[in-house]
This record gives sequence, structure tokens and C-alpha cells, in this order.
Amino acid sequence: MERIHTLALQATYDAAFISRVEQASGQQISKCYQCGNCSASCAYTYVYDYPVNQIMRLVQLGHREAVLTSGSIWLCATCQACTTRCPNNLDVARIMEALRIMSRRENKVSEKEIDLFYQEFLDSVRAFGRVFETGLLPLFNFKAKKPFNDMDLAPQVIKKGKLALLPHRIKGRKQVAQIFERFEARRTSQEADNK
Amino acid sequence: MKRSVAYYQGCSLEGLAVEYDLSTRAVCEALDIELVEIPDWSCCGSTPAHSYDPLLSAALAGRNLAIAEKLRCETVMTPCPGCLKSLKGALLTYHDTKDHDAFMELLAMPFAGQVKAVSLLQLLYEEVGPDLIGQRVLFPLTDLVLAPYYGCLLTRPAGFAQFDDPENPLSMDALLKAVGATVVDFPYKTECCGATYGVTRNAIVGKLAGRILDMAASLGAQALAVACPLCQQNLDLRQSQVDRYWKRRFGIPVLYITQLLGLAFGIDSRRLGLDKLFVDAAFITRTLHAPTEEVKAFQGN
Repeated sequence: MERIHTLALQATYDAAFISRVEQASGQQISKCYQCGNCSASCAYTYVYDYPVNQIMRLVQLGHREAVLTSGSIWLCATCQACTTRCPNNLDVARIMEALRIMSRRENKVSEKEIDLFYQEFLDSVRAFGRVFETGLLPLFNFKAKKPFNDMDLAPQVIKKGKLALLPHRIKGRKQVAQIFERFEARRTSQEADNK
Repeated sequence: MKRSVAYYQGCSLEGLAVEYDLSTRAVCEALDIELVEIPDWSCCGSTPAHSYDPLLSAALAGRNLAIAEKLRCETVMTPCPGCLKSLKGALLTYHDTKDHDAFMELLAMPFAGQVKAVSLLQLLYEEVGPDLIGQRVLFPLTDLVLAPYYGCLLTRPAGFAQFDDPENPLSMDALLKAVGATVVDFPYKTECCGATYGVTRNAIVGKLAGRILDMAASLGAQALAVACPLCQQNLDLRQSQVDRYWKRRFGIPVLYITQLLGLAFGIDSRRLGLDKLFVDAAFITRTLHAPTEEVKAFQGN
């Protein structure tokens, strides 16, 4: 397993990155003194490329590229164990979430399937107003090129009468789609302002 | 006293977690809680919306709060901790001076931010309480040893959840004891089960969900009690996958707290959707004791 990383710390220092993370998360990242409570509490360290305390350190060091391309920020399940136990009351999970959002906006997502699943989920909500569980899985499987993913569960689900064949289209689905549209319009105008 | 709350069931409860919806309705009826459905409710956006933008998440969830406000309900109750997180996030965003205007612009509906959002567990524990719930018991779950599993979101982070304890929650323990069950001191109460990655990174579920089942088994629990549809699906529907990952057969049923309370109240197991569980839980109905003479006399009054 590739668990050793060599980083040239001075070479890639990005001061603006630190303040952007602080602004997006509302957290003062310099408060982290590397006690490691977050990593000790994290159920996902074994699949992370950088344990969460190292992510915090890399943010402090302005290491934008390593942070935004890391798998850790996408494998964080926002379970709040780190946030609950941080002695400096940093909302660590919120910082991870802010990093996840930045990595998508900058096209640096390493865990593409997780991102794809989230995207398919939101598309389902946008189309029907509620998420259509039965439709989501085959669409994701098709796009992720994993056609048999979870198909072992299908017979049980059918047997229990839990397989909905058609989505529940709510009356207000246009209203829901409009929330997405207004959100996108807002983002576009913000990006134009930043340029 | 009749209580009335707006009911936000969320997408899971009309799909794979239909038994949570059934048992919630049955138990609330038995406890004289009127559930006022939020008409034409929509998805809260869940984790995907959060990971996209917290503002989008707040607006998607906010639509439901705005509708609930029109019903003149003070409280919106949801059985799903994932939905609860989004609903509470929407309220926080509304009351945040920096984000308020952007939130209202996305929502584009009248909303005054006056409703309160609570989980079903919080409603049962704080508004009804173990004493009253204990008084409703007709078939005490005396022969049952249960592991209470809260999952990661119900009580965390503490400042956000404002309910129970983030490290060692006891509300579900108290409710299960009130209906006569033996409750093990479960050290993995709030350990994450990995549900988010069921579809995308299944091996994570194998490891994390398996750890929880393994601990429950080693403590002699006959079943897990849960209050989250995502945890439940992960531990129940996916238990066959976890079995393969661990090369053993756990065979531990995972019941919603409302199913267990309902059984103790004497509600028919089919009305509680017990037959909808993937890991068979039928043995529990066989352990129920017939009401004693004392109970029958109480019922007669």
C-alpha cells in the first residue's frame, strides 16, 4: 500500500489557499496543534491517503494541490467524531467538507465514483423532487461501468416488496428544480465577479 | 394530552425503510401524537447536497420547513437523522446574518424560521418520556437482550444536535429499558457504520458494519436497536455482504426503536413491518409474554 508521501513543503506554499479554506469553513485552521485526536477517532484512516490530522497540517502549510487531490477528503463520511473530540473546538468535519467542495470546483476530485454517485443522487432529486432509490443504482452502475454492483441484493429487495418500479414525482418538482437553477445562476455570477 | 407535529418522513421511509414509516405511525398513534404530513414534501438533499454546497442543501431542506410553517406547526419531526441534519442546517442558515439573504433568494418562498426540527427519538424521549412509554407496555420485552446503536448523526456534534450525549447517548437505552428489555452497555453506540459508501466503496461497509455486528454478538445481544434508516439498511439489507466480507454468518436482526416499542405496546407485528426486515426477526414475537392479569385489569380501565 502506498502510504508514504514525499512533499516539498516550501516549493508549493499557497497562502491564499489557507484563507480560502478558513473563509469557506468558518474555522481558524491555525488553532490545530496536531494532537491527533481526530485521526485517533476516525473510522476511515485505514482508507485515507493522509490521516485527517495531516490534512489539517497540510492546510496550515498552504499545500493546496496535495490536499485537494487527496482521497481522504472524499472518503470522509462527515460522521463528526473528529469535530466532537477536537480539543480546540475546530469543526474538523466542516473543514473536510469545505475542501471537498473546493476540490470539485477546481476539478481535482480523486474519488470520482463517490462524486459521480452524489451527482446522480442530486440529478434524481432535481428531476422528481425526491430521490428515486431504484433508478439511482442502475444509472450509477452504468456510468461507473460496474453493471453488477449490488445486484446480489436485488432478489431480497424484490421478495420483500421494497422495489419501487416508478419514481414518485411530486407536484412541486418544478419548484425543486428552480432551487437548483437559482443556485447555479448565483454561482455563475459569483464566478464572473471573481474574475 | 394530544400532541401534534409536522411529519417529514424523507425519501428512505417511502422506499427501503418503509417499516420505519409504518412503525413510526403506529407508535405515534398509540402515544396520542398526531402526525401532520407535510404536503408534497421534497428530498432534503442529504449528503450529496452538503458535499455540493451547504447553501443548496439548506434551500432544498428549507422548502419543507416553509410548507410546515404554513400548516402552523411549531415542530417538524423526522425519523431520519440525515434529514434532521439538513433541516437543522436550513434553520441555522436562515438565522445566519451572512447567509440569510442568499438562502431566502434560493428558497423563494415565504418563511419566518419559526419552526423547530427534532428527531423522532428526541420527541419520544423528551416529549413523551420513558415513564409514560413504560405505562403503555402490555408485552414487556423481558426475554430480549438488545444493543442500542445510535449511529454518528443523532447526537453529534453536541452543539448542533442539542440532544443527549455525543459520546455515550442514553436516550434509546432508557426507552428500551422502559419496555422491559435488557440493554447491553454498547461501546460502539456512535461508531460510524459506513452507510454512505454502500454503493460506491462496499468493502468499507464490510469492515465498519461488521465491527458493529461483531461487538453486538460478542456482548450477547440478540438484536440491534436503531433509529436511523441509513444505519438500518446498511446493517440489515447489507448484512449478507458483511457476512461474506467476514466469512461468517452474523444473523443479527436490526430493528427500529419504533418496532420494538410497538411490539411491547401490543401492536400487531405486521402493522410494524416486522416482515419487511431482511434478517429475520420473527423469533422476537415468540418471546413476548401474554399480558398478566394485572395488565389486563389495567387495560380494562
